[in-house]
Amino acid sequence: MNAMTIAAPVHVGLRGVTRVFETNARTKVEALGPVDLDLRKGEFFAVVGPSGCGKSTLFDIVAGLSPATKGQAIFEGSRLDGRAVPEGVGVVFQEDASFAWLNVADNVAFGIRRAGLGEAEIKRRVDDTLTLMGLRDFAAAYPAQLSGGMRQRVCIARTLVQRPRLILLDEPFGALDQQTRLIMGEELLKLWRETGATVLLITHALDEAAMLADRVGVMSARPGRIIDVVETPWGRDRDSRVVSDPRFGEITARLWMRLRGESMAALSHKAG
Amino acid sequence: MKPATTVRLGLITAIVLALEILTRIGVIARFVAPPPSEMMVGLWRLLLSGRVHLAITQTLSKIAIACSLAIVVGILMGVAIQRFRGLADAMSPFFTAYYAVPVYAFYPMMIAIFGIGEAPQIVIGFMLAVVAVVVNTINALDRIPRVLRKTAAVYGMRPLEAARRIYLPHAGPYLATGVKLAVSYSFIGVIGAEFIMSRIGIGHEIVFAYNNFENEIMYPLILFVLLVAGAVNGLFYAWEKRLLSRRSRS
Repeated sequence: MNAMTIAAPVHVGLRGVTRVFETNARTKVEALGPVDLDLRKGEFFAVVGPSGCGKSTLFDIVAGLSPATKGQAIFEGSRLDGRAVPEGVGVVFQEDASFAWLNVADNVAFGIRRAGLGEAEIKRRVDDTLTLMGLRDFAAAYPAQLSGGMRQRVCIARTLVQRPRLILLDEPFGALDQQTRLIMGEELLKLWRETGATVLLITHALDEAAMLADRVGVMSARPGRIIDVVETPWGRDRDSRVVSDPRFGEITARLWMRLRGESMAALSHKAG
Repeated sequence: MKPATTVRLGLITAIVLALEILTRIGVIARFVAPPPSEMMVGLWRLLLSGRVHLAITQTLSKIAIACSLAIVVGILMGVAIQRFRGLADAMSPFFTAYYAVPVYAFYPMMIAIFGIGEAPQIVIGFMLAVVAVVVNTINALDRIPRVLRKTAAVYGMRPLEAARRIYLPHAGPYLATGVKLAVSYSFIGVIGAEFIMSRIGIGHEIVFAYNNFENEIMYPLILFVLLVAGAVNGLFYAWEKRLLSRRSRS
């Protein structure tokens, strides 16, 4: 854990956040919480948890896509009510959300063009973002002509071009192979360093969380609560080589030991 | 040229050539069908004479009205039905069986409702075309992935803006299939209806020529219908292919 993130102010705060889904008048599903969590400004925070524990529900609440049933979710001092994604928040999903009918440059420009920025500013920002994401040579290509990893880069670029202060990633590399995941992870760390944004990464991959994050929150089986927060010792300049550090194994082992029982509980819950 | 295109063109050329030869050597009698080359010349003369201009204008106008109505109403109905899953499921068997019903059987009823005039022909063209648009609109909207709906929410779009900026562009190629079918069915519906309930139009002219043994008019007009329908369909096919080409790897 580095000193900078300890001293940093709270960027996102969750206080007693729960989410209950009513499937019909008689059936209620407690999907989440209560969750208490602070994301510090500029930190990289990952959340891991068993399948179906409410990770994506937590993600939707922090993104402003879904309201908390109880408790409060706060971003930069304002309450997230689940009715709109606040300005300054960028979201990347696991699934391919690129627009098949637009080329890469127009995909990336989509949000800022809609926001009414001038064409000169759009071009400058898009060029910068394409360069940053290694997509400059593919500006005129359509998503169907790109690999899965590159399409996900387009989605990340479309988010970054809006210069978000909080970047939310819901298993963004879930559909990619292991080698591509490692490379994309390195690129994500580079972007995080260069943008200075706070990052919340939802993932089911313990090694990914251990490699990328300053802190890793471990969630229980449904209804998901944060049962542990594991701090990593890597500095901001880390990359995928941390996997060869003996402490990497210790961290992933600790994460797994905290998760093992929860994952088994989640599996037996499903089977039941 | 792609091999499939070469084969297609070769097949058409072979059929036309065979017909030309068979009619010239008398295997097919001239009162049954003239050679295709004479049909072409006859069509050219007929168009220059101006004799069928009004009929052509009338028929194409009726097709345009039937087709436009089918596209607008079909898309609106498709959007409305797709929003209610239960309704879409309930309607599905009707859509499947729809084209098994001979729409022309309703023509006495059409005349009773709309009178003798152009309206019944437009209604039949519309009835044939609209369901193809409805079915393809439902199919197109079903294909919009959940992540794109979430993306629209991330941008804070209201339903109409999301439809305009994301859903319709995404669904474009599938909607284009419905539009293409609507054009074809409008042609079939209107010209077919003109055969049985019209006093003006290409269909009526063909029937009139047939009843009066005017092969020099009937066959050129049949050729005209084939050429126009083929050309319009070809244009829509190219448009649909262009939309789909962006969605496939190259």
